[in-house]
Amino acid sequence: MLRLLRRLGRPLGKVIEQLGRIAAFTGHILAVTVHPPLRLREFVDEVFKAGVLSILIICVSGMAVGMVLGLQGYNTLVRFGAENSLGAVVGLSLIREMGPVLTALLTTGRAGSAVTAEIGAMKATEQLDGLRMMAVDPIDYVIRPKAWAMVVAMPLLSALFIVAGIAGGYLVGVVLMGIDSGTFLSSLENAVDFDDDVAGSILKSVIFGTLVGLISTYRGYSATPTSAGVSAATTSTVVLASVSVLIFDYFITALWRV
Amino acid sequence: MAYGSRAVLRGVSCAFPPGTISVVLGGSGSGKSTILKLVGGLLRAQAGQVVVGGRDITSLSESQLYGVRRRLGMMFQNGALLDSLSVLENLSFPLREHSRLTRDQIKTRVHERLAAVGLEDVDDLMPRELSGGMVKRVALARALMQDPEILLVDEPFSGLDPLSTKLIEALLVRINRTRGMTMIVVSHHIPSTMRMAGHVVLLLPGSVVQGDPAALRSSEDARVRRFLTEDTDASEQILAHTHEFEAGEHAPVRRGGA
Repeated sequence: MLRLLRRLGRPLGKVIEQLGRIAAFTGHILAVTVHPPLRLREFVDEVFKAGVLSILIICVSGMAVGMVLGLQGYNTLVRFGAENSLGAVVGLSLIREMGPVLTALLTTGRAGSAVTAEIGAMKATEQLDGLRMMAVDPIDYVIRPKAWAMVVAMPLLSALFIVAGIAGGYLVGVVLMGIDSGTFLSSLENAVDFDDDVAGSILKSVIFGTLVGLISTYRGYSATPTSAGVSAATTSTVVLASVSVLIFDYFITALWRV
Repeated sequence: MAYGSRAVLRGVSCAFPPGTISVVLGGSGSGKSTILKLVGGLLRAQAGQVVVGGRDITSLSESQLYGVRRRLGMMFQNGALLDSLSVLENLSFPLREHSRLTRDQIKTRVHERLAAVGLEDVDDLMPRELSGGMVKRVALARALMQDPEILLVDEPFSGLDPLSTKLIEALLVRINRTRGMTMIVVSHHIPSTMRMAGHVVLLLPGSVVQGDPAALRSSEDARVRRFLTEDTDASEQILAHTHEFEAGEHAPVRRGGA
C-alpha cells in the first residue's frame, strides 16, 4: 500500500509542481500587464502573426465544415420534413460549439505551436538571457504580447470561422439542395439568441484563447534549451492545448449551458 | 553550483580586479561560463556568495537583479542578438528601454558604438545576414550601449578565424584602456589571453589558480604549465600565419566583412 502511494505520489507531486509553476507564470504575466510600457507594437505584431496569418486556414476550414454540416443536416432533417430548419441547425452548431472549438484546435496547430517553437528557440540561443542581461524581463517583452494576442485573436478567428461556416451551409442548403434563401436565413435569425448563443460563443473563444496562449508560451519558456527540447515542447503544446480545449469545452457547456 | 547531479565550481573563490581584463581559463565543462552567469545573476549559486560592486547578489530577487544588471554588459558566445530585429533595432533596444533619449540621439549613439567596433552601414541587416565575426562585434557593441561598469564576455574568439580573433582581442583591449572598464572574459584561447589579460583565473579540477599572466607562466604547478603550454603551442602555430596583422590598423569593415 505504501509502495502504491509512493508510486502515485511522485507523478502527482510533479503535476502539482507544474500547476504551481503555471500559476506563478500566469501571475507574472498579469503583474507585468498592469505595468507600463504597454508594448503595443509588439502586441499588434503578435496579433498579426496569430490572427491575420491564420485567416486563410480558418476560412477554408470553416467553409468546409459548414458545407458538411449543411449536407448532413439536410439529409437528416429531410427525413422528418424539417429541412426548412437547416439554417438554425447549421448556425447553432457553428456558433455554440464547432466555431469556438475547431478554431481553437486549428489555431493551436498553426499559431500555438509556432509560439512555443519561437520562444524555445529564443531560449536555446540565449536571447532570453540576453534580454535579462539588458535588464528587460522576457516575460514582459516576449511572453506577454504573445499570450494576450492569442486571447484577442481567438474570438475574432472564431467569428470568421462561423461566418465562413454559415456561408458553406448556405451554399449547400440553398444553392445545391434548393432550400429557399429567405427560409434558410429566417430560420437562422429566429433560432440564434445573442445572450444565450453569441455571448456564450465569445466567452468560450476567450477562454480557449487564454488556454492556448498560456500553454504555448509556458511550454516555450520552460523548454529544455536544445533542438530536441524545443521539438518536444512544441509537440506537447499541441497535445496539451487540444486536450485542454476539449475538456474545458465540456465544463463550460455543462456549467454555463453555452 | 551544480547542474542536476553534476557539480561544477565546488569551493571556488576568485576575485576580478576593477579596471582590469580578467580572463577565466579552464577545460571544457570546468564552469567558466557558469562564473559569468553567476556574476550576471542568470544562475543562482546554491551556496556561497557572489559579490558584484560590493553587493552580495545571491539573495536578490529577479527585479532587484535588474538594477544590478544595468551596471553590467554581456557579450554572449553566439551573440544572443534578437533575431526578429535589425542591427540598428538590436543596438537601440537597451536605450529605448532604459533611457529617455530621442530616436535621433539613440541612432547617433548606435553609430558611435558600431564605429567603435569597426562596423558601418549595417543598420538594416538582420542577425542572420551577419558573418560570425560581425555577430560578435555587433554583440560587443550592444553590450557597450549602456556604458556598463563591468563587461562580461563569453568565449569572444570561438568559431573565429585568426584575423577576426585578433581584431576582437584588439577591440577589447582598446575598450578597456580607453574606458577603464572591468572585463571578465571567458576564453579557451591562450595566446590572446596571455596578451590581453591583466589577471588570469585558471580553473583546474579541484582548485583555482589565479594571478597575472607572467606569474602563471612561471608557476611551479605542473598542471598550470601544461595547460598554458599545450594550448599555446597549438594556437601559436595558427597565429604564425597572421603576424602581418596589427591590432588597430583595421579600417571599419562594410557589409560582408568579418
